[in-house]
Amino acid sequence: MMDNKRKYVIPGDVITTGPFRPEQNVILEGDKIISTTIGISEIYDDVVKVITLTGKYIPKIDDLVIGKINSHTSLSWELDINSCYVGFLPAQDVFGRDFSAHADELSSKLKTGDLVATRIANFDRTRDPLVTISDRDLGKIDSGVLVKISPSKVPRLIGKKGSMIQMIEMATDAAVTIGQNGWVVISCESPEGLLKAKKAIEMVNEKAHVANLTDQIKEMLQIKDNES
Amino acid sequence: MGGRDATMVLLDENGIRCDGRKIDEPRRIMIRAGGLKNADGSAYIEFGNNKILVGVFGPRDVHPKHMSNTDTGILRVRYHMEPFSVTERKNPAPSRREIEISKVIKEALEPAVMLEKFPRTAVDVFIEVLQADGGTRCAALTAASVALADAGIPMRDMVAAIAAGKVADTIVLDVNNEEDQAGQADMPIGYMPSLEKITLLQLDGVLTPEEYKKCVDVGVQGCKIVYELQKKALTDKYFGKGGD
Repeated sequence: MMDNKRKYVIPGDVITTGPFRPEQNVILEGDKIISTTIGISEIYDDVVKVITLTGKYIPKIDDLVIGKINSHTSLSWELDINSCYVGFLPAQDVFGRDFSAHADELSSKLKTGDLVATRIANFDRTRDPLVTISDRDLGKIDSGVLVKISPSKVPRLIGKKGSMIQMIEMATDAAVTIGQNGWVVISCESPEGLLKAKKAIEMVNEKAHVANLTDQIKEMLQIKDNES
Repeated sequence: MGGRDATMVLLDENGIRCDGRKIDEPRRIMIRAGGLKNADGSAYIEFGNNKILVGVFGPRDVHPKHMSNTDTGILRVRYHMEPFSVTERKNPAPSRREIEISKVIKEALEPAVMLEKFPRTAVDVFIEVLQADGGTRCAALTAASVALADAGIPMRDMVAAIAAGKVADTIVLDVNNEEDQAGQADMPIGYMPSLEKITLLQLDGVLTPEEYKKCVDVGVQGCKIVYELQKKALTDKYFGKGGD
């Protein structure tokens, strides 16, 4: 991994100079490519990017996020999606096209405080993110435990091609829904598995930058396996 | 000078200042990133006898709503001195001086912070001076910049700040409280080291053009020292001691 020049950077650090394409979390200033956040810089092919280690969740189209219903009007719900913007869920999305503001009461489907798995349908800088629940695996979450982690650590929790989360799911028999906004819902038949999965996820959150994290998680899950 | 020790020597013949420092030596600086759990980002700085705590929130919803800007995020800074931060109790209500310093720090941070990425939001910076000993605005600006980075707000560069000044006809780095009161000039400088740009420059006192240039140079050099410490504070928090 050291070949593609991974480096720890803070804002203002010059990552490299030369003909590279600046991508995530970097800016081009003259011929210098400068990091704009705390993170790990990566250079491959002609692309430079920084994987950030802090910060709030910024909505991106097609992201799966877990939201909490904050309030509703007669036409839409507003969701807390752990971001600087509120998620906007139109009533048509839930009731279908024949939704009528007179006949249908929004709180009959989703009440304040309910957790919902949603996908960002549309977002640009001019308006709040529009979310949808009309897809497979989306919709109201009825059971499970909500764990809040830092949104910047979500990629680490998923791991390469989902390796980390698969490992946790396999070892604990839990079903884990990860929202890109850092909210994670775990549901599991057995209470032990639930606690173990929760602990593993919290451990990823705390030790996201540690190199041999996978081994440490494996060890923790394994030890617990032997005990029980 | 108001009961002040008139015999105090600001600079002796060996070039040693009233608190034992050399002319180009800053006070002891300690910066720690993080520390406040409920804030999105925070920092604590000890700059000589200054002790300052900074908390950053955001980007978040703007209240009152009419303050929000559809093109960009806004930065709000509150600089506040605790009643116990100075020898005689300070009224906790924001004074004229505090309001001005809040504005000055806000404007010194604005070139660094990339708020245009978060339209219709606000980033709030709360600066609490726990103990003051001259040069709080520089220390506060330094800590605020670390706290913003800790909060993950995208920044073009860190802002490091320190004061230079003229004491006993000599240009010195990091003016302390005594030197500020009895000295001839005080020049706080905020500087972005990678971009090589100055974001804050104030001057209280009289300098010749040559002295002015020297003062800016000394200040910029000082900012680079401060920058290394900011870097260390963030590296320590995020990559453990001695990250590469």
